[in-house]
Amino acid sequence: MVESSREMPTSSDRNSAPEPATTGHSWDGIEEYNKPLPKWWLYVLYATIVWSIGYYVFYPSWPWANGYLRGVLGYNQRVELEQTMVAAREAQGALLASIDAAELPEIQADPDLRTFAVAGGKTAFADNCAPCHGPGGGGQVGYPSLADDDWIWGGSLEEIHQTLLYGVRFGHDESRISEMPAFGAMLERAEINAVAEYVLSLSGQDHDAAMVEEGSAVFADNCAACHGEKGDGIRELGAPSLADSIWLYGGDKNSIVRQVTQPRHGVMPAWIDRLDPVTIKMLTVYVHSLGGGE
Amino acid sequence: MGAQMSDAVVVDNTVSAPGQRDQPLYADRVKVYPKRVSGTFRKLKWWLVGILLTIYYLTPWIRWDRGPGAPDQAVLIDMPNRRAYFFFIEIWPQEIYYLMGLMLLGAVGLFLVTSLAGRVWCGYGCPQTVWTDLFMLVERWIEGDRNARIKLDKQPLSPAKAGKKVAKHAAWLVIAALTGGAWIMYFNDAPTVVADIFTGSASTMVYFFVALFTATTYLLAGWAREQVCTYMCPWPRFQAAMFDEDTLIVTYQPWRGEPRGKATRRDPRAKRGDCVDCNLCVAVCPMGIDIRDGLQMECIGCALCIDACDSVMDKLELPRGLITYDTERNQVNRAAGKPLSYRLVRPRTVLYTLLALVIGGAMLWSLAFRATLDINVLHDRNPLFVTLSDGSIRNGYTVKILNMTRAPRDFVLDVEGLADSVMSVVGREAAGDGTIVLPAAPDGVATYQVFLRAPREVVSEEAMPITFELTEADGGEAVRRETVFRGPRR
Repeated sequence: MVESSREMPTSSDRNSAPEPATTGHSWDGIEEYNKPLPKWWLYVLYATIVWSIGYYVFYPSWPWANGYLRGVLGYNQRVELEQTMVAAREAQGALLASIDAAELPEIQADPDLRTFAVAGGKTAFADNCAPCHGPGGGGQVGYPSLADDDWIWGGSLEEIHQTLLYGVRFGHDESRISEMPAFGAMLERAEINAVAEYVLSLSGQDHDAAMVEEGSAVFADNCAACHGEKGDGIRELGAPSLADSIWLYGGDKNSIVRQVTQPRHGVMPAWIDRLDPVTIKMLTVYVHSLGGGE
Repeated sequence: MGAQMSDAVVVDNTVSAPGQRDQPLYADRVKVYPKRVSGTFRKLKWWLVGILLTIYYLTPWIRWDRGPGAPDQAVLIDMPNRRAYFFFIEIWPQEIYYLMGLMLLGAVGLFLVTSLAGRVWCGYGCPQTVWTDLFMLVERWIEGDRNARIKLDKQPLSPAKAGKKVAKHAAWLVIAALTGGAWIMYFNDAPTVVADIFTGSASTMVYFFVALFTATTYLLAGWAREQVCTYMCPWPRFQAAMFDEDTLIVTYQPWRGEPRGKATRRDPRAKRGDCVDCNLCVAVCPMGIDIRDGLQMECIGCALCIDACDSVMDKLELPRGLITYDTERNQVNRAAGKPLSYRLVRPRTVLYTLLALVIGGAMLWSLAFRATLDINVLHDRNPLFVTLSDGSIRNGYTVKILNMTRAPRDFVLDVEGLADSVMSVVGREAAGDGTIVLPAAPDGVATYQVFLRAPREVVSEEAMPITFELTEADGGEAVRRETVFRGPRR
């Protein structure tokens, strides 16, 4: 017996119990006490093993000939998700019905309906609109920003709703349509150059002042009918303002020359055939909320 | 070296005593039948059991008026609404550090008490000890004292035995159910949840937790008892690290007691110590150990052996205190006849006290100056900024105002660090002087969509640091939050 091997040595040790037995193992003279674990502890281990069998019985477990063992509960996370989704839809039912029944300004005026519509519209926007208009409606070249204060077809609730329902240049009877002629075949290169300089001047950008007068004349003859005499656009015709800082296809000279010569035209689908009316209403309220709503 | 190693790893049977390897690795539990004892410490422990159980069962029923719409329960953790209430204190989830502070304070307090007076917590205050005491009391009422219980367990099953056992377990289950039921009241309005439980309209969660805590109370206090302290609780395994020579521990005084032996009529006192080896200290021990073996990991320091030994010493007309609270240093001093010395101020006690003061002070300070207003500002990420038709730049922010009072409040939002900026808030009109008032409902978070617009020439950097300042409309509390204003790449 080695005195120093006692744990928690105290002066009371002289009366201590006899040295506990060892496991009989000795490594470099170091022996291991045998301090037996209580049997119930071992039984708890067995009990957990038995408990685990329950999982095999009740829950999906092993791969099997016909796919996998499904377990007697038939539990399935996908089914659970579907049930959760159905329950969520039911919970939303009353609000969805209210949105269906209400006019757009009524939705806008009711804080609860508006909050719900913005949240629902946000999800629908991410699924359907964000690929072109960007998450949050920031837009990109060729796809207008929905968050700014410049609208090609109008930024009121009604106008946004109209655009969403029938799209732009989509071939639907009600689609918004505008088409800028390809002036490359109608104007001389110098005229296009001059009108581009004039358009640059409209938005206060650096330009060749000598060409403005000629460009102004070309603009009045060819462009003003749609874009307005001052170039600030005409919404009814879908002709964007050329006098502001927002450009669909770029505002530098090359971009302007290119658009005048061979215009590009974006297409937006008519969502009336793709989404339900309630979703389109929620989308309308959401797009209106992005910062540019009129 | 290699040869040495290979020699060493060989199991050397010759150094082991014969038969040692036959010792089982798993041991049967030896059931403990603690004997009833009376005395100073038992009395103290009964008082503590009474007080602690009263606190536990009655606390949820204390009412505290917080005004309309707020729970009127003094101590409540309201999980669904993310609030915790303690009398006049109400904390929000982000203030969970108060709970961490309490836990730190509890840990350091435990260290301090343990280094001064041993396992006082284990012996007197721990719920395992308190409920085990209560369950043993019930057991003693129904089945009798130690000897009667040992006898009963040895008897073959009879109607009388079965009756006693059923009565005991039924009583235990009732206490356990009350314990589990009380636990759930700390998380629900007590009168409501009690009514709900009995009318069957409480949530599954409530029933589950009542059942869970009923089961754990019944198993831990009725069946597991000392096994919890010895095999399940980590604290006994490292509490010895807080002990030193000056820690008061429950001690058998061997210099006085040894050599122990039965008092005989012929030779009552000669050549032996005061210990008459009556084993009463062993019989009363709820842990089933012999304190005369010295300091042991199993000893919870409940001092019942002191009461037992004192009662024997009184009968023998010997001085009390053969088993007593004493320090290791003074045991050496007493044995050697030297003067006693007590040292309360030791590096570890000073350290633990300082830690407790620092933590407690920090908590009190933060509670006394706790803000009842906070603001969160989230800069919109999609899009990072918007160019408007006049060329100016607009950024969007989601501003959340946390009104941590029970009164509705109005706030005014200002921005610093952005010249000529114009602020607008969705759904709020600006007053004549341009200020926008943002109301926040009592005890709630008001969320606003804020747009900030600045002329292009002002936006000189891709990300300009700006600061929102939220001030109470009547000039009361104010709070600031830094964020950025983003613009096009230069």
